[in-house]
Order: sequence, then C-alpha cells, then structure tokens
Amino acid sequence: MQRIRLRYTKRGRLRFTSHRDFQRAFERALRRSAVPMAYSAGFTPHPKVSYANAAPTGVASEAEYLEIGLAALRDPEQLRAQLDESLPTGLDVIDAVEVRTPNFVERLEASEWLVRLDGVEPDEAARAAARFLAEERVEVERLTKNGVRVFDARAAVAALDVVPPQVDAGADTEVETDRDVRTARPCAILRLVVRHATPAVRPDDVLSGLRATADLAPPVPAEVTRLAQGPLDEETGTVTDPLALDRAAAPAG
Amino acid sequence: MTVESVFPRLEALLPHVQKPIQYVGGELNSTVKDWDACDVRWALMYPDAYEVGLPNQGVMILYEVLNEREGVLAERTYSVWPDLEALMREHGVPQFTVDAHRPVKAFDVFGLSFSTELGYTNMLTALDLAGIPLEAKDRTVDDPIVLAGGHAAFNPEPIADFLDCAVVGDGEQAVLDMTEIIRAWKAEGRPGGRDEVLLRLARTGGFYVPKFYDVEYLADGRIGRVVPNAPGVPWRVSKHTVMDLDEWPYPKQPLVPLAETVHERMSVEIFRGCTRGCRFCQAGMITRPVRERSITGIGEMVERGLKATGFEEVGLLSLSSADHTEIGDIAKGLADRYSEDKIGLSLPSTRVDAFNIDLANELSRNGRRSGLTFAPEGGSERMRKVINKMVSEEDLIRTVATAYGNGWRQVKLYFMCGLPTETDEDVLQIGAMAKNVIQKGREVTGQNDIRCTVSIGGFVPKPHTPFQWAPQLSAEATDARLAKLRDSIRGDRKYGKNIGYRYHDGKPGIVEGLLSRGDRRVGAIIRAVYEDGGRFDGWREYFSYDRWMACAEKGLAGTGVDVDWYTTRERTYEEVLPWDHLDSGLDKDWLWEDWQDALEEVEVDDCRWTPCFDCGVCPQMDTKIQIGPTGKKLLPLTVVNT
Repeated sequence: MQRIRLRYTKRGRLRFTSHRDFQRAFERALRRSAVPMAYSAGFTPHPKVSYANAAPTGVASEAEYLEIGLAALRDPEQLRAQLDESLPTGLDVIDAVEVRTPNFVERLEASEWLVRLDGVEPDEAARAAARFLAEERVEVERLTKNGVRVFDARAAVAALDVVPPQVDAGADTEVETDRDVRTARPCAILRLVVRHATPAVRPDDVLSGLRATADLAPPVPAEVTRLAQGPLDEETGTVTDPLALDRAAAPAG
Repeated sequence: MTVESVFPRLEALLPHVQKPIQYVGGELNSTVKDWDACDVRWALMYPDAYEVGLPNQGVMILYEVLNEREGVLAERTYSVWPDLEALMREHGVPQFTVDAHRPVKAFDVFGLSFSTELGYTNMLTALDLAGIPLEAKDRTVDDPIVLAGGHAAFNPEPIADFLDCAVVGDGEQAVLDMTEIIRAWKAEGRPGGRDEVLLRLARTGGFYVPKFYDVEYLADGRIGRVVPNAPGVPWRVSKHTVMDLDEWPYPKQPLVPLAETVHERMSVEIFRGCTRGCRFCQAGMITRPVRERSITGIGEMVERGLKATGFEEVGLLSLSSADHTEIGDIAKGLADRYSEDKIGLSLPSTRVDAFNIDLANELSRNGRRSGLTFAPEGGSERMRKVINKMVSEEDLIRTVATAYGNGWRQVKLYFMCGLPTETDEDVLQIGAMAKNVIQKGREVTGQNDIRCTVSIGGFVPKPHTPFQWAPQLSAEATDARLAKLRDSIRGDRKYGKNIGYRYHDGKPGIVEGLLSRGDRRVGAIIRAVYEDGGRFDGWREYFSYDRWMACAEKGLAGTGVDVDWYTTRERTYEEVLPWDHLDSGLDKDWLWEDWQDALEEVEVDDCRWTPCFDCGVCPQMDTKIQIGPTGKKLLPLTVVNT
C-alpha cells in the first residue's frame, strides 16, 4: 500500500470549517476525483485517512496535515492537484510527498501562529508580549467539557513578537473578495511559536495570558492563522518543514 | 445598484456562535451570479436550521431552475439559531443569503418553502431580521414580494397577513412564470407599484394574493364566504402540475455542504404523486396524479449526481418508492453499476406489500442490513380500513419473515394515534402486532435477539384530505391512549424487552392542528408567539405549548372561537373551509364521499391499476397518470481507465 502525506489549508471564510466537516468534505473529494483508496477491513469499510493535529474551528491554517493509503500507485503531485481541484476554494491541498519515514506526528513539535489584533496599537502589543515573556508561569483558565481547567500558558511559548502588517500569507483572492476592506484602524500582528504539549496551549490561551499579565484586551475577536507546524529549531525559535525528511529520503531521480 | 455583502460584519460575529460553517456558504455546486447582470432576483428560504434546510429537494430544485436562466439569480437563506439572531440584532446585521451574503430585503422575491406549518414563526423572525414589515399591508414597492410555497401553502390562510402571494403545487414552471411577470413589470418602470404586480400575478389564476380576497364570517364564527375584491381576480386559485419529470431532471448538481446536515445522500425523485389513497395523507392527495420518472432518466440523474457530489448513498425518493413500475430493475441496475464503488441504495418510503425479497437483496448488496422501516399506520385491521391503508397483518408478517430470513434483525413500525373513530382497543393492537413480528422473527432465524421498534405520534387532520372534516383527538386523550399502549408493551414478559417504544406526546400535534386547519384569525396567534420569543417550533427544545395556548387565548379574544374549535371540532358538509378557494383539483364532494366511506370502513383502490374513481384531479387540472413500464434496463457504464 502506497501512503501519501498531504499538506492542506483552511483559508478565508472556510476557516469556520470544523475538523469533522473537513473530514466529510475530504472523503467526498476522494470519491469525486476517483482516488484509488485503500479501505479498512470490517463491517463498514472506511477509506484509510489519518489526520494530525487539526486547527480549532474558526482558526485559519496554512499548515494542516493528513496521510492517506492508496490501493494503487499514484504520483504525489498529480494526486495533490486532483484533490485540490475537487475541494472548495479555501480548502487547498498545497503539498504532497510519498511516505518514507515513520513517526510523522511526533515530528509536529510546534506550531507557528499569526494573530491579528484589530484595534490594538502595535506598541501596546509589543509591551504586553514583553511582560508575558518576562513571566516564568502564566496561569490561564479554559472552559472544557469537564469544567474550568487552570494551566500554565507560558512554558509552551517558544517565541512571541510583533511583526509588521503584511498581506495575509497565501491569502486566496476568490475567497477574500467579500472580506472586510480594512480601515485605517490600528492593528497589531503577533507571531507566536508554541510547543505542542499536554495540555495543549492554543493561541487563545496565550491571548488570555496577555490579558492576565498586561491587560491586553482587543476590542474585536483575534483572527488567528497557523502558518506552520513541524520540528522546532530551539535556537532560532522557528518551525521547519515536517515533510522534509520524506522528501530527502526519496530515491534519486 | 450593486448590493453590498454583509459578510464582513457577519464574520466578526461568527467566532461567537455554534457551528459557524452553516452561515458561510461556498457549498460545492452553489452558484453566485452577478447581481447587476440580473433583473429578477430570488431569495429562497427553507425556514428551519441550515442542517435541515440545505438538503431540502424543493429549494435545491428551484435554486437550480432559476439560476440556469439568463438574467435571473437565486440565492438561499435559512433560519439562524438564536445565538446568532441575538448578535445580528445587537450589531444590526440583516437576514442574509448564504451564497453572496446579500441582504434579503434587496431581492425582488423572498420565497419560502413550507413543508410544515411549524416554520411559521421562523418566517416572522426572518422577515423582521431582514427589515421587511411583518404584515403585507405595511410593505412598500421596495420590499420583496413575500411568497409561500410547499405543502403547507395549500392552506396559507393562517399566514395570509404576512404573505403577498402563495403558490400551490409544483414550483418548477411556476417560479419561471412569476419571474416573467415581474420582469415585464420592472421593465415597464414598475407601473402601479406593488399592487399592480400582485394583481398581474393574481389574475393568472395560478398565484394566490391574499389581499385580493375578503373573508366574511358568520355569527357563529364559521366562514360565510371568501370573495375576490379586485377586478379580474378569479374565485379560485389552481395548483400547478409539472408533467413529464424527465424534462425536469433537477437537481442536476446537488449542493454538497461542508456542515453536517440531516440527509447526506444523492436524492433522486423517482416519481411524484401517489394514488394509494391513504386518507390521512395530505401529500398523497395534493400531488396527484402519479408521474413517474423513467428508469433511464433516473439512471442519468444518479450518474451525473454522484459525479458532481461524491455522495456514498443514493436515495430513491417518492411518496411510496416501491410502487414505481420498474423499481426492481432500477434497484438491480443501480446496484450492478455501483457495486464496486460502495454506493448504498435507500428507499425512504416503502410499503409493506410492495417490498419483496429481490428488492431486499438489491438494497443490501453493499453489506448493510441496518434496519427496515414500515408504516402500517393503524394497529387494527378495522383502523387500516378507515384510513384506507390496505395492508393486512399477514402482508406485514410475510414481509418481515422475508427480511429476517435475509439477515435483518431489526424492524421499525410507524403508527398514528388519534385517527378518526379510533378506540383504545385499536391502539392496543399495535402491541399485539409487534409481538407477532418478533415471534415470526424468532421462528425464521431461530434466534431470540430480534428487535421491533414501535414509533407512534398523534394524527393531525390536514386540509384537502378526506379527514379535513374530522375531529382531532385532544392532547390529553392522545397521551392517555399512548400511555396505555406503553404499559401494555412494557408489561409483556415474553416480548416486552424486545420491543422499543417511541412516542411523541399530543401537545405539539394540537398546535400543528391549529395551524393546519386555521383561518386568517390564527395569524394574530402566530405573531404573538413570535413576539413572545417563539422560534423553531419543530424543535422540542424550543417548542412551548404553554406559550402557544396563552397567545391563542389573547389572539382569539372576541372572535368567539378557540383552539378546540379549530382542532377537536368536527366540521359539517356545508361548512366553508378556509382553503376551499385554493384548488388542489380534488372534488370536494368526492372528498366528502371518501370521508363517509372511511366512517363505514369502506376501502378505495388505486387508480393506477383500477378504473378512475373520479377524485376530480385529472379533468380539473388537465393532467393524466404517467407510468411505465418502459421495458428499458440500466446498462452497465463503460469503465474508463485513467
């Protein structure tokens, strides 16, 4: 059985797609594009797809990953283009490699996030980030199914800084046409690198931490985008390509 | 004048609501047309949550029929949940379409499809959110024409105050006719304003405009007569009937949502109409005559639809799918074609007597034998004669024996409680029937773990049926009868544990009854319920019987009539019924005779196989029965290797 790892996005308004919604859409795309899927054995066979670390509903992403098992050999790039064509614009398949190395999920050590805070002055955001980083421990609360949970949001943060405004990475024009025409209001953009730990620290937990330590209270909900996930380079605080190992292991030619 | 998208303002609210994906649109096969390139624009609403409304075939068909036409656009809108409604009110975001997020008020027509009366309060929510005056009399030339269709529109009187127009019957051709009338009026510079376009519609005889009809009441509260009050407006409005379904192969490109919805399958309507003549069934009465889609037409729709959607299941829809003259060949042909693709087939409405072993096997070829559902509707042989559901217990037992013998382990049986002339004894026989089913199952399989689920709800008499004169059973009496059945099933030591019992209490049925057979005076109740916060009445967690009753008391004050008058009262032959001026083609005298036959337990046959029994529809509507067999078969599709 050939296995392929794919990188896909959740862009623009399709960031409101939940992971379950994405799974159904993806499995239908597999059918529409007649991908020769391998099926699980059992009473109701399911196509072999495994998903890693889905971003929360409402959070955009440039770096979601999944792996599929095929019943017949396919060229990864052709397959990528075929699937991309079958999925709605905004759910875009942007990279594909044949699986040649194990332990993919363990390789997803950290995520890089971009957090857009409308109505917040960049200087104010920078001060808050400095305050947050100066702490050793920042306790935050999150409402879970089992009630309110208190945990540390600081230790998992490998980097936090304010970056200059830029065109949204990979933003997709068709989906973005009905988007807000950004006014001249101030806007701060945080770049955040968070280690994948238990309990998982999400960008909104860091925002809770910024509120707790520095009273940073954005007037509108933050727009969050996952830019990357993969191995963490501790020295530079950057996240590298998790598919690099598979690509490197490819036979020459 | 280009209309701006409300999406930027909506987007800021979405992180705070449940399942935001339902509001963003962008479904596979959805369409966004250029606003300025179109001169007639429709906003189509299914007035329930997106998860229920999106799969609705009626809306999907009209959406595609309209969007295929040049210069016409159609977008969809659904009811927003109360969490988003509150935010939209707080931030001034209007009711929007999910396609291009345009405000509903900007469209020419706001068309609502009512499968059930329980969507009425949701219509008022949508109108109010859209900024359209709730009552038709307060609207101006710049407001959309508020239009109702769907089965509930066969008695639009309870919502007459809120509607500009209603259409009864098949919508495909009707929406195109209406489009042309609006287009001409707009091209002329909208002469005569709103009234003129409504008058042009009303004069065709195919569009009901409530404001052009006055209702006169008698001293005792009954209706005296309904009179047209404008020149050229006909006394009665006819239903629309589409002939030759093969000419209307819609939906061609079914919508595939990202959000989870109640039906996730490729649905094909294999025929429209039903003449089995079940007396409680409004759908069967108002959709006559039977018009089959041909086996080859079905095959083409399935093939194209599966390619366009990627669905894993094909639903063969109709009011009684096993009655298609070529159902065996259709099921076998489709199962053959898609056996490799793991495509499942389902027949949502299957009559006990039409089900046979071949069909059973075709439907389970993909390995799934989850459960079979049949609807005997009445527990006793006598009751089934009254309702003209000509299914004997022997038929049922023979069928379940077939099913159990072929690997099924669970059978679901649907019934109604509160049918005309019903006694406790009739309902208690449901328990006996369930026991016989289990006993037969044990006998056939030699196993004990056989299950049978009994599902039962209160009967609501509907307009345009022989039971339109019948008294509805009160909520209390319904609940008492259902409790007796429950006790009798639970108390049975040998079989009780194998019988599942599901029932719906009688209260929602009373509200549905009030709305089904109500007249214009009921509109005040609907408005009061909406203003008191009533929403999503089809949802148990939102429905409030007490609110409806309190509002009914206030709304009907001074009329001399009350909820019982609308629901549990038996009507007489002479009474003018609120929907008599809406012509379903059924001869009222024939309906009355059928009602008398019901009381005498006389059955009526199906006109597909026996001579016409003069229900009136075909001559009145100039239609005829269209059935096969065509003798054609579904050939295997050529396998294309890529």
